[in-house]
Amino acid sequence: MSESRAAKGTHEVHEAHAHLGFVRTYIFSTDHKMIGRQFLFMGLFMLIIGGLMAMLIRWELAFPEKPLPVIGASKEFIDTGEPKTSMDQTWAEWLSKPESEQNWLTKNMPMGAITAPLYNSLFTMHATLMIFFVVMPIMVGGFGNFLIPLTIGARDMAFPTLNMLSFWVGLLSGIIMLASLFVPGGSAAAGWTSYAPLTAKVEYTGVNWGQNLWCISLIVMGISSLMGSINYITTIINMRAPGMTFFRMPLITWSLFITAILLLLALPVLTSALAMLLFDRMLGTHFFLPEGGGEPILWQHLFWFFGHPEVYILVLPAMGVTSEVLSVFSRKPIFGYRGMVFAMTAIAFLSWVVWGHHMFVSGMNPLIGTTFMMTTMVIAVPSAIKTFNWLGTLWGGSIRFTTPMLFGLAFVSNFVIGGLSGIFMASTPVDIFIHDTYYIVAHFHYVVAGIIFAIFAAITYWFPKMFGRMMNETLGKIHAILTFIFFNATFFPMHILGVGGHMRRIFNPLQYEFLHPLQPVNVFISISAFCLGVAQLIFLFNFVWSLFAGKRADRNPWHANTLEWITPSPPPHGNFDKIPTVYRGPYEYSSPEVAEDWLPQDRRLETTTAKGAH
Amino acid sequence: MPKETLDSVIDSIEVESIGEGPPPPIPEPPFGPDDDDDGDFMDSQMNNAYVGMVLFIGAEVMLFAGLIGAFLLFRFGSAVWPPPFQPRLPVFVTGINTAILLLSGYTMHQALRAIQSRNYQQLANKLLITACLGLTFLVIQGYEWVRLIRFGLTPSSGVYGSTFYVLIGTHGTHVLGAVIWLLILLFRVRRRTNSPDRLYFMTRHYIGVKICGMYWYFVVALWPVLYTLVYLS
Repeated sequence: MSESRAAKGTHEVHEAHAHLGFVRTYIFSTDHKMIGRQFLFMGLFMLIIGGLMAMLIRWELAFPEKPLPVIGASKEFIDTGEPKTSMDQTWAEWLSKPESEQNWLTKNMPMGAITAPLYNSLFTMHATLMIFFVVMPIMVGGFGNFLIPLTIGARDMAFPTLNMLSFWVGLLSGIIMLASLFVPGGSAAAGWTSYAPLTAKVEYTGVNWGQNLWCISLIVMGISSLMGSINYITTIINMRAPGMTFFRMPLITWSLFITAILLLLALPVLTSALAMLLFDRMLGTHFFLPEGGGEPILWQHLFWFFGHPEVYILVLPAMGVTSEVLSVFSRKPIFGYRGMVFAMTAIAFLSWVVWGHHMFVSGMNPLIGTTFMMTTMVIAVPSAIKTFNWLGTLWGGSIRFTTPMLFGLAFVSNFVIGGLSGIFMASTPVDIFIHDTYYIVAHFHYVVAGIIFAIFAAITYWFPKMFGRMMNETLGKIHAILTFIFFNATFFPMHILGVGGHMRRIFNPLQYEFLHPLQPVNVFISISAFCLGVAQLIFLFNFVWSLFAGKRADRNPWHANTLEWITPSPPPHGNFDKIPTVYRGPYEYSSPEVAEDWLPQDRRLETTTAKGAH
Repeated sequence: MPKETLDSVIDSIEVESIGEGPPPPIPEPPFGPDDDDDGDFMDSQMNNAYVGMVLFIGAEVMLFAGLIGAFLLFRFGSAVWPPPFQPRLPVFVTGINTAILLLSGYTMHQALRAIQSRNYQQLANKLLITACLGLTFLVIQGYEWVRLIRFGLTPSSGVYGSTFYVLIGTHGTHVLGAVIWLLILLFRVRRRTNSPDRLYFMTRHYIGVKICGMYWYFVVALWPVLYTLVYLS
């Protein structure tokens, strides 16, 4: 009975697909792979915007209050008032208009020089976009959607319509966030953490609808990711192929499963805090305002109770991608598969009890501070387990230096640096000295911006499966090496700035005498950052070019074991010709039982008696 | 249609998804020869919709946990609660209201019993009573709110009013949503029970009623907690 039902289902799927028009196939699609691609493109678009914002921030820090190149006015024009270049004339024309007809540029960067309010909104929006609209859509939305059904051997998600809705609600939230840049008063400008009471009253920042839209956008985004996480968890619990036990799932699927649980439970807490903040701003409640009996620290508690699991929501899928890539290109089973799973579970659990380490200087009781210090340091144990297991995977492997492998190795090495600097931050006496300096900026860029390496690893690794074509390896390797060099040249010197006392979120470092000697470091960082930005054009070109003209990919170009590689590239609607049966774990590389050095999960061996090695 | 066939159809629905997405894979995975007997912690399959609703309720619990956490911080952080010169909350009327909502939980339980015994007239009646009790709860809450606002307790009159209106209001919004959901279900149930094509209803909406029931239990079970914390403590 079930056999025939399954067969009928397949038939219907193919039938239905044939009749779907352009709109149902590419726009309002319920196919998890198309939704995954939609999330990926949304994330990459936001990455470009967020990256350009970072460039503006770096320009301001290296050359404070100087006009931008190309679009800025010339020095002569600013000094003398005589227009020299065509851009000077444009500025003169724009600035001569009455107040009501001024455009966005003249209000925010007159003469092409970034103003302090714009700078505040730039660093706020850079962080917000990168966290909520780049890493989460690409890793959780994009690869989560694309890979979960494929790696567990399912035809689609548990709730395909909900899945489609998740993307469109997510896109709506992104549009609200981008629109907030153009409302009167500017976008949110109190940092991505939006600490109250600064944000709780319009008068404190002068930002009115910008901050409101920021809250609304993130509440909407919370609804989108709620739908996504319910879908992921249900799919993984209920829809695994025959033989696909939990401990035969690839680590990427495990990481997405744990991430979805964290998302499900952490984001509603943020939603409650955002709702309270919005009520404070719009209805006159007093949750975070001391004058009505409110408590500003409450915002910090609620925000970081969400915020710390959020950090692992961002990094766990990156760890999953790295585990896949390192194992495949070392041609070895992952070292300590179960250890990896338990380490991720431990990280997820610990992430709920460490939020106070963001608040060491908020005046909390030193006893509580010490407790948070201890729990935070305990996270180093599962993180180190993961790192050593990656190194153990590489040890003695026949390593293939493909583009995804280079990015995977880059992720591991940056994660080690970011993890070690985290231990300094976790220690209360040290943190009091370096809190809110560039040291923390260096730390979280090594871990959170370091996720970009895992994103590139994932894109280059699964590109053949997603789009049916290979990316160019030569361009990919050049991009990987340049990105690694400029990333480190950008973020490593920030540790030095931080120890030197350079505050984060500062508009013009030159207003402090003691920071003058450090200004050459700022200039060096900015130049590296611009090179890092330019290097991404190689990726952009490679991505777009390969999309249309890359070499056709066969089913399994990397000789990998997991189930997504037994489907055609790209997989059709319904994914599998026949639902596979799984006989072993996902990392049986260089197995002595077969002649070739990979052994797919669904391949049945007739003559074997050996136990599967995990 | 003979009753035997009807029952077997309904039984098969219980292990299938609600039309959204493909059915879950066949249970009893044929393990491979090199299986090391991992075992799943889920031996029997649960319907996708049930799992999804349990997860959704989990997320809702966290949403209320954030709001209740904020309330507790203010409640136990202040020496005098309620703050002086603030009106007292209507403990007695809300107590009766609590009983009304708990009663609606019982009628929802009866409705789910009715669907088990395939008694669709009974189901429609019990859903109607549940929805009416829910609406009564909301009307009494609304009436009390109007009185409190007249007495000077507003969201902006201090943290006492802020926490009260946001916490109780969020719960009220959830009850309102659940009542609307119930009314939609009721409309569908009545339309189907009045027509000879009852099988259509069963295949499409059987699980819909059950997950709506789960959600109703959640909003009912949450209320005594809020009543104890906000009104009694």
